[in-house]
Amino acid sequence: MNIDWSCRVVEAAELAATRGAGTRGERFRPYQRILRAQVRAQLSYRTSFWIDAVSGMTFTAMDLVTVLVLFNVTSVLGGFAFRDAFFMSAIASLSFSLADVIVGSIEQLRLIIRSGQLDSLLVRPLSLLPQLVSIDMQTRRVGRVLEGVAVLGVAAGLVHLRWSAQTVAMIILTPIAGAALFAAIFVMTATVAFWWIDSGEFGSGFTYGGRDFTNYPMTVYGQFFRRVFAIGLGFAFIAYYPALTMLGRADPLGLPDWAGWLSIPIAALACGAAGFVWRTGVRHYRSTGS
Amino acid sequence: MTAIIEAHGLRKDFTVSEKAGRLRRIRRTVAAVDGIDLVIEPGEMVGYIGPNGAGKSTTLKMMTGVLTPSGGSVTVCGLRPVAQRTRLARRIGVVFGQRSQLWWDLPLRDSFDLLRHVYRVPAADHAARLAECRSLLGLDEFEATPVRQLSLGQRMRGEITAALLHRPAVLFLDEPTIGLDVVSKQAVRGFLASIGARGDTTLVLTTHDLADIERLCERLVVIDHGHVVHDGTLAELHARYQSRRRVVVDLDAPIGADHHAIAAALGGLADGVTLDVVSPDGQRLEFGLQDGANAGALVACVASVASLRDLSVIEPDIEDVVARLYQRRSAGSP
Repeated sequence: MNIDWSCRVVEAAELAATRGAGTRGERFRPYQRILRAQVRAQLSYRTSFWIDAVSGMTFTAMDLVTVLVLFNVTSVLGGFAFRDAFFMSAIASLSFSLADVIVGSIEQLRLIIRSGQLDSLLVRPLSLLPQLVSIDMQTRRVGRVLEGVAVLGVAAGLVHLRWSAQTVAMIILTPIAGAALFAAIFVMTATVAFWWIDSGEFGSGFTYGGRDFTNYPMTVYGQFFRRVFAIGLGFAFIAYYPALTMLGRADPLGLPDWAGWLSIPIAALACGAAGFVWRTGVRHYRSTGS
Repeated sequence: MTAIIEAHGLRKDFTVSEKAGRLRRIRRTVAAVDGIDLVIEPGEMVGYIGPNGAGKSTTLKMMTGVLTPSGGSVTVCGLRPVAQRTRLARRIGVVFGQRSQLWWDLPLRDSFDLLRHVYRVPAADHAARLAECRSLLGLDEFEATPVRQLSLGQRMRGEITAALLHRPAVLFLDEPTIGLDVVSKQAVRGFLASIGARGDTTLVLTTHDLADIERLCERLVVIDHGHVVHDGTLAELHARYQSRRRVVVDLDAPIGADHHAIAAALGGLADGVTLDVVSPDGQRLEFGLQDGANAGALVACVASVASLRDLSVIEPDIEDVVARLYQRRSAGSP
C-alpha cells in the first residue's frame, strides 16, 4: 500500500540520517544552516546591524567605565585595589557577553509565544531550544565578546598573574563556565513565559542584575545579598572566586583557595536545572489563538 | 489496515483566571477539547469544522505534538505526538494559516532550501517535489521575492509547498484558505485536491469556509464545545439535519394574500413541503422541500392554478445546515 511505502521511505531516510549523525557535524548541520540564514536576514538590514554592533560595544565598555569611576572616588573597594577589582569585572563582563551572544535572544521567547511562532518551531523535527537559539542568535553582538577578550587580556596584564598551566586553564575555563551559568539563568527566567505570558522584564532582574552583581567583589555586599545571590544563585563563582584563586589571594569570606574551580561544577548543575525547568515549561505550553 | 490517526477520549483543559474585584482572581478550568474519539484511515481527506472556540485548532495542536493533552490518548503514524515529537515531525506536514514556516526576510526559495536541511531530505527528492509544486502552484514568479513582500495568497502557496517537501504521510491544514481571494482559494483547493487524489497523503483540514469541504472532503467531522457532534459524509449531514431543497417560483399574478390563502388556493401542501416566504407583492413564493418530497408535483400543482413566469430549484446549502447545527448546539447547552 502507498502509505506503508512512504513510511518505509521515511524510515530509511531516518536511518541514513542517524548513521550520518555518527559524525557530530551532521547532527548540527540544520542548526548551522538556520544560523547562517539568520545572519543573512540580519544583514538585509545593514544600517541597523552596524548601529547595533557599535552600541553593543559601547554598553560593554560602560560596565568597565563604571568600575573606573568608582575607583576615582575610593582607592579600595571591599578590600580590593583597583587592579584586582578590574580583573574580576573583566571576567564577569566577558562571561556575560558570551552568554548574551549565544542565548540572550531567548528573552524574546514571550514574544515568540505571543505571536504563535513557537507552534511553527514545534512541528519541525528539531529540538526546540537549539532552534530558538539559532533562529535568533545575535551575531551582531559578537563584537562585544572580542572586546571582552581584549579587556580581560589587559586586566590580566595589570594584575601580574603568575602564569602556570593551571592559571592558563582557569583563565580559559572561567569565562566559559561563567557564560554557562548566565546562559542557564537566561533560559530559566525565559521559561517563565510558558506559564506567565506577560512576564515582561521579569528575566532582566536576574540576567542583567546578575551581571551588575558579579561586576564587583562580593565583599562589598551585605550578608543577606551574599547568601542569596553570591552563594544561592552562584554568582560569586563567576568572577570573584576564580579571580581570587588566580591571584593567589585568601578569601576574606573564608572559602578555601581552590573555591575558584567550583565554577565548573556549579555551571554544570545550573545547566542541568535549566534543562529540567525548560522541559517542564514546554510541557505546560498553552499556545495561543487559532 | 491500521488507522493513521487515532484519538480516544482526547481532552485538553485550560485554566483561565478571571478578574473578580480589584485584586481577587478566580481560577476556572475550561475544557477546550472534551473527550474526542476519532479514527482516520490512511489516504482519507477529513474536514474538521466547528464554530470559533470549538476546539478545532487545539485538537490539531495535540495531534502535531504542539500541545500536551490533559487526558485520553492520541497516536499519529503510530507515534505519540508529544513524546515522539521530532520523529513524528518528519512524517507530517503542518500548515497553520496564521503561522509561518518560512523565513520572513529571505527569498522564498531560501526557505525551501533551509527546510531541506531541517528535514534532511535527499537533494534529488527535494528537487523533484519542489518542481512538482512549482508548476502546480505557479511559484516561479515569486520564488526570488523575500517572504515579507509576498501577498497572502502567494505566501500560502509557499507554506503549503514548505509543508510537503519532505513527503509527509499526513498533511494537517489549519484554516488554509483564511483571508485568501477567490483565485488563490481555488488554486489552493485545486492543488490540495490533486494531492489528495493520489491517495498517499492523508489530509486533515480545519476551515470556516465550507466550500473547502465541499470541494475536498469526503468525510466531515463537526466539533462544538469540545465534542464531536457529527462524523460522517456531507450527505449524511444533510439527511440528519433535514436539509431542504428550496423551490422558488415567480408568478404573473398573486394567487392569495397570505400563507393560508395561498396554501388553500393550491389545494393544500403535500407532506414535507412548507411555504417559507411570500414576497410583499405576492408574486414570488419560496417552498422548502424535505428529503423525499416531490418538486415536480409541487411545480405542477402551482402551474395548474397560476401562470409561472420563472422557476428555480436550489440545492441544500451546507452553510445553512451548519449554521442550524451550531444554533441547535448552543441552544441545547448551558
